[in-house]
Amino acid sequence: MVFLGLASALSVAITVGIVFALLLPALDFFREVSVWDFLTGTRWAPTFSNADFGVLPLITGTLWTTVLALLLAVPVGLGVAIYLSEYATPRVRKVLKPALEVLAGIPSVVYGYFALAFVAPVVLEQIMRIELGTYSVLAAGLVLGIMIIPTVASLSEDSLSAVPQSLRQGSLALGANRMRTTLRVVFPAAISGIAASIVLALSRAVGETMIVALAAGTQAQLVGKATDSGQTMTGFIAQTATGESTPGTLGYNTLFAVGLLLFTITLLINIISIRLVRRFREAY
Amino acid sequence: MASIGSVATAPLKSRTAGDRSGASIGFLVCLWLALAFAVIALVTLLVTTFVDGYPRLDARLFTDYSSQVIPERAGARAAILGSLLVITVTAVMAIPLGVAAAVYLEEFADDRRWYNRLIEVNLQNLAAVPAIVYGLLTAGFALTIGLERRVVLSGAIALALLILPVIIITTREALRAVPAEIRQGSLALGATPLQTVWKQTLPSALPGVATGTILALSRALGEAAPLLLLGGLVFVSYDPNGLLSGFTTLPIQIFNWTGRPEDAFQEVASAAIIVLLGLLLMMNALAIVIRNRYQRSW
Repeated sequence: MVFLGLASALSVAITVGIVFALLLPALDFFREVSVWDFLTGTRWAPTFSNADFGVLPLITGTLWTTVLALLLAVPVGLGVAIYLSEYATPRVRKVLKPALEVLAGIPSVVYGYFALAFVAPVVLEQIMRIELGTYSVLAAGLVLGIMIIPTVASLSEDSLSAVPQSLRQGSLALGANRMRTTLRVVFPAAISGIAASIVLALSRAVGETMIVALAAGTQAQLVGKATDSGQTMTGFIAQTATGESTPGTLGYNTLFAVGLLLFTITLLINIISIRLVRRFREAY
Repeated sequence: MASIGSVATAPLKSRTAGDRSGASIGFLVCLWLALAFAVIALVTLLVTTFVDGYPRLDARLFTDYSSQVIPERAGARAAILGSLLVITVTAVMAIPLGVAAAVYLEEFADDRRWYNRLIEVNLQNLAAVPAIVYGLLTAGFALTIGLERRVVLSGAIALALLILPVIIITTREALRAVPAEIRQGSLALGATPLQTVWKQTLPSALPGVATGTILALSRALGEAAPLLLLGGLVFVSYDPNGLLSGFTTLPIQIFNWTGRPEDAFQEVASAAIIVLLGLLLMMNALAIVIRNRYQRSW
């Protein structure tokens, strides 16, 4: 019994551990760099001799890849979800749902390879004739979008399928066709679950590391357009961590300051998503 | 012939007149395009990787160590062995803890208590913490207790922390699916609550627990981000031989090779991806077999 209780208390200990592990080095960092300079500075150059620690370039990098990913994943994911829930025959569903699970099970480093070796040079440059360098937030964002399609699709599909059949029948009985029924009755009824799926996908896109580390680039700059290269918060952590960094130095503490910012952002997103899911569960 | 379900939905299908309008057809075409995009993306990813990597999928990939200078001679031996060892240690740490926590929360915890509700919300939140943050946590933890960062044990701790919430959540679902009658029957025969869990509830939930656990482990097998934080796990030219041995894993090795400019490194990266996907496929197949063979419906 005691062991069982301790095991579940461990999950709280992990959270406390995360907070302390991030906070202590981050506090050391903020002793040397003011919070204001960190959050509002527009130049990120932690390793230069005239070092600057303005995190905005990393935030624009994350913002670009995340927004591009959602622009792709939300319409495609919702389309797949609506098709599976409202139009597909059971046999089609039986084939497509496992295919989505396969997409969800592919490691992110594989998507990173896909972005760098195929999407950027072949799809974007050769087929779509877009001028790109090796690295761009466009390629990273699009592949990140492909990666989170299953997150949007499967959770949205769950909440669409949870809408009672009687609502559909009532709508059809009133003479609405299937499209109208889907868009005006089923979709609004499932909206909080759908919103939760999008928020969860957002949180995954913000926190995803390997794709952006490989395909977005390592140059931290204010990203102005999709074809620019840029570095995200996670990309910075990954790049700096693979080099040598000695505990206690400013360079090492910088990792944790950025990590703390990342953790705080995803925590806020997760709280919104947990709220949404709770509302969705109370609906029926 | 016609079951109750098909009678109930028959009017839905026969009433297609309004579905022939231009807008309706346009809408359906949009849905098909969305679906086609997802399927084509998946197929393209698998086919390009396979075409790129197939020529390099030779014995050398399994027997040789990575080479920094000659990509044609690079192999993934250390990475494959490292992945297998780290995943085993991860499983040994994460499964007992995860199952124990799930049993407590599902079978014993009184969810009117504030601390049990705190654990609930906390778990939901932990499951969505970015993987790389677990790397930062492990780096900090290892430093505190004086453990070397770049050893098998550190890597396994990072991955175990990462998948613990997933194991707890899936195990709870499996436990919830066991009908209350089984527990009541056992208690009525005089078993203690702990005996009931150990001898009745857990064995009944085992297929679900095993399936969820294997899927969680396959996530850990493909994850590289938290391990990056443990520092320079790339140039390993020996077999990992214990908990405190240096190591690298397949995703880390793939990351490193992919990041290099030479085409030959890209080739060996895609060959290593095929090996990684093969391992994941085996684990998923195992999960499906367990689900189909042993899953009971009550």
